Amino acid sequence: MTRLTSVNDLIELKKSLVGERVDPDGTKRQSLWVCCGTACRAGGSVELADKLQEEAKNNNIPVDVIKTGCLGMCQKGPLIKTMPDGYLYQKVKTKHTAKIIDYTAKSGFAVRELFYRIDDLDYYYKRDIFSGPKEKIEDLPFYQKQLRLILEGNERVAPENIHYYIAQGGYEALAKILSEKWEPEKVIDEITKSGLRGRGGAGFPTGIKWKATRQAKGEVKVIVANGDEGDPGAFMDRSIMEGNPHCLLEGMLIAGYAVGANYGFIYVRHEYPLALKNISIAIQQVKELGLIGKNILGSGFDFDISIREGAGAFVCGEETALLVSIEGKRGFPSPKPPFPAESGVWAFPTCINNIETLANVPYIVKHGAEKFSSIGTENSKGTKVFALAGKIKNTGLIEVPMGITLREIIYDIGGGIKDGKRLKAVQVGGPSGGCIPADLIDVEVDFDSLSSVGAIMGSGGIIVLDEDDCMVSIAKYFLEFIKEESCGKCPPCRIGSYQMLEILTRITEGKGEMEDIDRLENLAKSMQVSALCGLGKTAPNPVLSTMRYFRDEYEEHIKHKYCRAKSCRINTYKIDNDECFLCGLCKKVCPADAVIDAGDQYIIDQEKCIKCKACYDACPIDVIKSLGSGEETIDKSTINLKGELRDGA
Amino acid sequence: MADKLTGIDEGVLTEEQKKRAMIIHSLFEIQKEHNYLPEEELKKLSEKLNIPLADIYSTASFYKQFYLQPRGKNVVCVCVGTACHVNGAPEVLEVLENTFGIKAGETDKDLNVTLETVGCVGCCGLAPVVTLNEEEIIGEVTKEKAQELADRVWNK
Ligand SMILES: Cc1cc2nc3c(=O)[nH]c(=O)nc-3n(C[C@H](O)[C@H](O)[C@H](O)COP(=O)(O)O)c2cc1C
Ligand code: SF4
Ligand code: SF4
Ligand code: FES
Ligand code: FES
Repeated sequence: MTRLTSVNDLIELKKSLVGERVDPDGTKRQSLWVCCGTACRAGGSVELADKLQEEAKNNNIPVDVIKTGCLGMCQKGPLIKTMPDGYLYQKVKTKHTAKIIDYTAKSGFAVRELFYRIDDLDYYYKRDIFSGPKEKIEDLPFYQKQLRLILEGNERVAPENIHYYIAQGGYEALAKILSEKWEPEKVIDEITKSGLRGRGGAGFPTGIKWKATRQAKGEVKVIVANGDEGDPGAFMDRSIMEGNPHCLLEGMLIAGYAVGANYGFIYVRHEYPLALKNISIAIQQVKELGLIGKNILGSGFDFDISIREGAGAFVCGEETALLVSIEGKRGFPSPKPPFPAESGVWAFPTCINNIETLANVPYIVKHGAEKFSSIGTENSKGTKVFALAGKIKNTGLIEVPMGITLREIIYDIGGGIKDGKRLKAVQVGGPSGGCIPADLIDVEVDFDSLSSVGAIMGSGGIIVLDEDDCMVSIAKYFLEFIKEESCGKCPPCRIGSYQMLEILTRITEGKGEMEDIDRLENLAKSMQVSALCGLGKTAPNPVLSTMRYFRDEYEEHIKHKYCRAKSCRINTYKIDNDECFLCGLCKKVCPADAVIDAGDQYIIDQEKCIKCKACYDACPIDVIKSLGSGEETIDKSTINLKGELRDGA
Repeated sequence: MADKLTGIDEGVLTEEQKKRAMIIHSLFEIQKEHNYLPEEELKKLSEKLNIPLADIYSTASFYKQFYLQPRGKNVVCVCVGTACHVNGAPEVLEVLENTFGIKAGETDKDLNVTLETVGCVGCCGLAPVVTLNEEEIIGEVTKEKAQELADRVWNK
């Protein structure tokens, strides 16, 4: 590749690429966009792409086969999008490749059996059942309420080939700033006006952070892109790094220009090998083109970018810990101030931003702050990418405008709850977030509304929970995570998380006391005020939010040794002998040999029973009851029907 | 030109800072070659960089991706991220632990298999997920599928 030495060179290069060498719209020849994100890879999409390429070659059919980053609907993967028709094929297997080449690539016909079909009759889809298969991305309910400003890139660029990014206007935001000779302050103003807030969790206004770094004293300044993404259940940043790495690089370049930095680091977790690979390739390409290095596009602006590999510590996502980790040390957080903007990596003023935050920057510069701020709510502008998972029909990666409701996300995009179960709660924000109960899902998704119901936007994991999920166990799950990941530097977090986990474990084993609820509350409060870094300060959130909305579940565990989700092994199982028709299945499955065949009836020996629930699941007519220990003392209506919740949550 | 390892121009960082910045990278290199971090190699690194061995250990022991003990021929890793957790990862882990006779985080004494856990491998849509040797990703793992996998690895 020849080095570009002026903005004009970039424009010329773009001209030479459009249509001929890069044809994303398939105007000259068919193109097949094969999703090679992690989930589709697991389904064999890389082999699929190779086979398509081979097949086309053997048959002399001109077609572009492009391996892309995640296209979003991971659950129906491997996905293929075809252009110019825009068909979306789902669950593609290698046996389909010949037909795809023969029909689509050669003649432009669709392979109709690969279209997405709405296959179940319920809540959202009822009205749509007769509408036939969905041919294109925009016909799919999953995509209809999304607004894909950032993720759109994943559908249109080849992550390993910079030409795709450039042909579609890539690096033009940077070129605009350089050729129009924007003052750095003007860039910062634009970002401030756009209302962009950090997507890394806290929602700090990006413009203010940039300004602080610009104003800090120091010759050398640094930009850090935080791609540590340690939240267990989140993969948004990964998908950007894998699918559209140049968008991130361009965002960093603009940030560097604005704050007066000459160095950029991308901190990527070691667990993301594909992100590491695609970013390395991208950096190599911009280096060759002269889009990073000295005197970029002849402007006199110098900026270098390199990768730092994270080595597996959740706390290193915290900014002060991440910065010392770059220096090669243990990732211990340190108290703020000083803020990284004043004294960051090697004490240089450092602007640290999340990957998605930076990926928003080129769009804002290109389309203007006003356009960006027309999307979203009063105090939360733009879109947010979420990883949607849990007990929901359509899982995957989504991007929605701020201000959409959780209900729309769960039902319209996600297609509702799996297996005909009922929604119980939605966990938003991971280990620092909270559980929002089913009756509050009309809450708008923006920074402030989510905090008002005890959750946080966080990095963007949404986990949908149904009636089979025990809320005490969910709180315990997050505390287990925190206890493992607490770096141990400060006692409130180290000891507090250990103590809280002990208590929660006790409760889920049916050994809790009522005083434990107060103890949890006290521990939570003291951690919130006295822990050193965000990890410890926010760690009690999952406990506090479940106690706030699901306190009766805590009490049931303690008082009645009853877990309404039946996931803790504390319930008592009893056979309703009036209804039992003596099929004997319960006896057959019981691993503890606790079901006694008494001739005319089956009885569960409570001494032997290990409360594993196997009989309960096995009974074909659901006449085994799962009860609390003091059966007479609990509200009968909480326990009568399998899977029914008393409060209709 | 910026220095290849630190990414920073010559003359900006002190020698000491440069050396320290190389520790994590060097540890990954050693691990790539030996599959874990043998004491001998850490000593050599300490001499080469002229950094006290204790400092190298301090970094190496902090991060989960560094292994101070040898690992098994096969590494089975169960995703215990939230999506996998609510979709049955604990049962899957139980099956693997029972079959291998080790707990998560351990390696069997014949160095046949190491069992690990990780928080989210990025395909929550296929939860629960297990990975084998960082390459093969197995999705929608049921207890039966886990048993099959365990047997396959054990007899490999
Ligand atoms: C325990 C902990 C983990 C964090 N993990 C991440 C992470 O994985 N990715 C991220 O971008 N920010 C993470 N953050 C937030 C960062 O400290 C920092 O606020 C963020 O990277 C700033 O970028 P933004 O202003 O663009 O959001 C974490 C914070 C804490 C306290
Ligand atoms: S709050 Fe936890 S993670 Fe943060 S410094 Fe304290 S011990 Fe470490
Ligand atoms: S499985 Fe149900 S119906 Fe069959 S013997 Fe047991 S309790 Fe009775
Ligand atoms: S990985 Fe293919 S759609 Fe997400
Ligand atoms: S939680 Fe297991 S893949 Fe995301």
